[in-house]
Amino acid sequence: MDLQILLLLGQDGLTNGAIYALLALALVLVFAVTRVIFLPQGEFVAYGALTLAALQAGKLPGTVWLAVGLGVAVVLIDGGLALKSGNLKRLPRIILGNLGLPLVLLGLISGLEAEALSALALPLQILLTLGIVVPLGPLLYRLVFQPIASATPLVLLIVAVALHMTLIGLGLVFFGAEGFRTQPFSDGAVEIGPLLVQHQTLWILFASVALIALLYVLFERTIYGKALRATALNRTGARLMGISTTMAGKLSMGLAAFIGALSGVLVSPMTTLYYDSGFLIGLKGFVGAIIGGLASYPVAALGAVLVGLLESYSSFYASAFKEVIVFTLIIPVLLWRSLTSHHVEEEEE
Amino acid sequence: MNAAHEPKTVLEVSDLCVAYGKVEALHKVSLRIRAGEIVTVIGPNGAGKTTLLSALMGLLPYRGDVAYVGRELDAHVEVEERVGQGLTLVPEKRELFGEMSVEDNLLLGAFHRYRSGERDHAQTMEEVFTLFPRLKERRTQAAGTLSGGERQMLAMGRALMAKPKLLMLDEPSLGLAPLIIKEIFRIVAELKQTGVSILLVEQNARAALQVADYGYVLETGEVSLEGPSRELADDPRVIETYLGLGGKKA
Amino acid sequence: MMPKTFAPAHAILAVFLLFLAGGPLWLPEFHITLLNYIGLYGLVALGLVLLTGVGGLTSFGQAAFVGLGAYTTAYLTTAHGLSPWLTLVIGLGLTLVFALFLGFITLRLSGHFLPLGTIAWGISLYFLFGNLEWLGGHTGMTGIPAVAIFGLELKDGRSFFYLIWLVLLGAMLTTRNLLDSREGRAIRALKGGSVMAEAMGVNTARSKILIFTVAALYACVSGWLYAHLQRFVNPTPFSINQGVEFLFMAVIGGVGHVWGAVVGAGLITVLKQWLQDFLPELLGQSGNFEVIVFGLMMIFVLHRARNGLWPAIARFVPAPPQERHAVTTAEPLPRRQLPAAGTVLLQAEGVTKRFGGLVANKDMALTVKAGEVMALIGPNGAGKSTMFNCISGVNPPTDGHISFLGQPVAGLEARQVARLGMSRTFQHVRLLSSMTVLENVAIGAHLRGQKNYLAAGLRLERQEEARLLAEAARQIERVGLAEHMFDAAGSLALGKQRIVEIARALAADPCLLLLDEPAAGLRYLEKQALAELLGRLRSEGMGILLVEHDMDFVMGLADRVVVMEFGEKLAEGLPEEIQKNPAVLEAYLGGVE
Repeated sequence: MDLQILLLLGQDGLTNGAIYALLALALVLVFAVTRVIFLPQGEFVAYGALTLAALQAGKLPGTVWLAVGLGVAVVLIDGGLALKSGNLKRLPRIILGNLGLPLVLLGLISGLEAEALSALALPLQILLTLGIVVPLGPLLYRLVFQPIASATPLVLLIVAVALHMTLIGLGLVFFGAEGFRTQPFSDGAVEIGPLLVQHQTLWILFASVALIALLYVLFERTIYGKALRATALNRTGARLMGISTTMAGKLSMGLAAFIGALSGVLVSPMTTLYYDSGFLIGLKGFVGAIIGGLASYPVAALGAVLVGLLESYSSFYASAFKEVIVFTLIIPVLLWRSLTSHHVEEEEE
Repeated sequence: MNAAHEPKTVLEVSDLCVAYGKVEALHKVSLRIRAGEIVTVIGPNGAGKTTLLSALMGLLPYRGDVAYVGRELDAHVEVEERVGQGLTLVPEKRELFGEMSVEDNLLLGAFHRYRSGERDHAQTMEEVFTLFPRLKERRTQAAGTLSGGERQMLAMGRALMAKPKLLMLDEPSLGLAPLIIKEIFRIVAELKQTGVSILLVEQNARAALQVADYGYVLETGEVSLEGPSRELADDPRVIETYLGLGGKKA
Repeated sequence: MMPKTFAPAHAILAVFLLFLAGGPLWLPEFHITLLNYIGLYGLVALGLVLLTGVGGLTSFGQAAFVGLGAYTTAYLTTAHGLSPWLTLVIGLGLTLVFALFLGFITLRLSGHFLPLGTIAWGISLYFLFGNLEWLGGHTGMTGIPAVAIFGLELKDGRSFFYLIWLVLLGAMLTTRNLLDSREGRAIRALKGGSVMAEAMGVNTARSKILIFTVAALYACVSGWLYAHLQRFVNPTPFSINQGVEFLFMAVIGGVGHVWGAVVGAGLITVLKQWLQDFLPELLGQSGNFEVIVFGLMMIFVLHRARNGLWPAIARFVPAPPQERHAVTTAEPLPRRQLPAAGTVLLQAEGVTKRFGGLVANKDMALTVKAGEVMALIGPNGAGKSTMFNCISGVNPPTDGHISFLGQPVAGLEARQVARLGMSRTFQHVRLLSSMTVLENVAIGAHLRGQKNYLAAGLRLERQEEARLLAEAARQIERVGLAEHMFDAAGSLALGKQRIVEIARALAADPCLLLLDEPAAGLRYLEKQALAELLGRLRSEGMGILLVEHDMDFVMGLADRVVVMEFGEKLAEGLPEEIQKNPAVLEAYLGGVE
């Protein structure tokens, strides 16, 4: 095999790996803060891509209705609780916070003609997409995970899987069974050495690096980011500082939804995505996260890049078995972890 | 009569009961803390001291009346809301954020105030550093690498970042060497000058009674004795609660 | 006697069995097919009941084990002409190897690595089936021969029906038998955390791998049945989605009970049929929309009714009166020879325990002799519990020497220390609250039985089981809780639960008893009764090491007292000496300047 193919595959692997790395970071974050192994992460990828595709086709994406529906449910529950405890002052905030954005977007998008919508500038379309998908994170946390926030990780995991199945089914309702591709951020390619690199590839690499830098700043420099880390490190300690576990949970799942949706938007010009494509993409992020022991951010990110490269090279050598190869990668990882760890069950003494 | 006392009372607890399942850990505990006062609750291991503070902080469900600066706090009021009201707890286990720096730990102490728009944390931090110069030296060090005494100081400093009205300390002397205990209690006494009210839970009865104005002795979930701390310090019954009557009574 | 034991539950069971037996004679083809699938899925779900409901573990990859069973027989019977019975054995062997390997690499890690590992395994195997030419790729394999029993070929669904349901009912019976045995109690103890189970001598890693393997084997048998029922296999039914659906069946049906598996399989299978017709019509497009409903049902069940449907159904059927066997009539178990009073049982010297930079125990020393009560006291955080954990092998010391009956315990696991004759209770009560007091105490006698899970599944260990239960009952009577023997342990007051822990420790027939705050939460009279019991045990020659805060209790009972402070020994002596010791007074009350 010649150098060019090797480089081409490397470029492919790196591009996918960058996306997996983003997802891996989100997974580690959500797990650390909420102890939820967030399998539905992949659905945000698909929702992001397909919502953008729907907008570009001049259609009202079903995800808007999902956001509105979840918002109504949260308003009913939290509003009911506020009424019961006589805390009427909270009502406006509950309604605005949970339902405001979805309703505005619903009005905005349904107010636009199909042609106007599909003719909208790409950055605006992406902004709309994120505006629709990102609120799903906190809303789902509130409805699905907060009521059982103190359950065992096993129960949380099973609930996460149930949510994953539900979201897949809803994805089919919203977007149908056919796949979509979106327009690239910019057309064209640049020559780097012997390689012709698509603009979109550069966009992905650039956006991933930028997002990782942004996350770094968030966690190292802002008090909200530190509050999230604090919750992950010591839940009781964080509560005693007035950092509510619920707020941390909503924030972390909001971030996960943002990362997921953005990943979807980034990759959808490169590959055709279907309503259920998110799962495998998310799982590859997971393999990376597991390499990092679900704990280390840098190792998880590197692991995810490794997954991307492995996938790319195995798709060339044994394309039929690329999934098998990628997913069996975790066997040696688990074996190594199991042989080196001296795991004593955490007991509250 | 009540009206005359009310403005001066920071916390008034009456008939507080806490149960773990069917077992009552606290039975009809009543106590009062006035503004600017240090009140101590002493008692042997397992008497329910930590349970008392956890309940007051909203970490455990309870029955009974808790009036905090005149406002009824029923058991449904969340921890976060209590923090917002100026009630803070320095827990027995310290509960620091081990991998984060001393400075970040302190900063998070002001989280609730920051969220409500009070952005004077830099200044508060300087005040904390004046009180605990040792923390200033260690400001970039990870909390997990501190010594036991420094951890306690950080836990206290972090709680002070919230500018509390009532500071609750759970066994600040736990596991510390005598010299450091002395230092901690010196600081507790100093804090009194800043006007904060303090509820000090201690097993180390003598040290606690020395700094406190008033004391309660908690024994198997009930208040068995109370009084001005000077009187309690000389009461032989206090010693009995700790080391038993001995002989063949059991 | 008959009417007494023949409860409505039995009648309902009999009707159900009659219905199954007669079903193929009059039910339409469609219903037979449905019942066949319910049986096949129920078998897989049954494995998940064992794994998830009983053991507290889970797997999303059961469909892959079904696939392994199906593909093994499909390939070997068609390509190599082997007998289906032989391929069943080969399939089970393969499953065993894979399950043991997967279990080995994931079960030593924390709980969520097993399910994640099974997802990866499920996906890999699915893609492997779909991409291997010699397994037919995505189109699959046809021409799988029918199974013949005694020359009778099971060629259609109607005749296959009996095989499926016999296998399922057999598996249910075996599973129930297994759970109601010594090994079963060890498995059920997993949910209470491994520390307690290990301290009672249970090898928890082995128990976990065991249930994972059994669940995989059930799935494999289901796959074998499926292949010979369909006579055709392709990868679709073995996807990860199907694996998740199996878990849905178990959880919605009731993951804590063998019947939950059947109820869940039945409900999901029937509902799926109906929803697959109804939803596409409703939504005006085709697709598998039923997952939305199933997912929401799962979320609801896990929010509101974590035990699933079965308990709700069981409520309408009065349970048969619990067998209150005349438990004490069985022949007593052999007892260990107790060392003569005054023999040194436990000797600890220079014990140091560090956690990172923190020194929790420093150069601690103590001895316990047969026939004495030694009390370990000290202020909060003095390191008493750490010392307890060092001695009992839960968390071995960093440095120092501990010997028990002259044998060093360094490097021994907690369960091995237990086998030597040391038994303990816990500061935070570790009972299985939904199990009866009798069953809880019987866990203590775990090491006094030998019969394995196979014997348990086939009920070949009834004699030993009776003796174990009799022993447990005797210990419960000994501590004075006979009236609570058949109550759920969680329904007792905390003080009494502590006494149950003592009975459980005694059921191990120890010569050294470690008690961590046994008197906490007891009333005055109960404390007196406890002191009396411990006094009696002492006079029988047992050595007792006691951590306790109630000083009246300690001073009235202990022969010798060791006081700890800052992880070190502060004083040692007779109770009255300790009470007068100024250093001790200072440790408790604090120094005077």
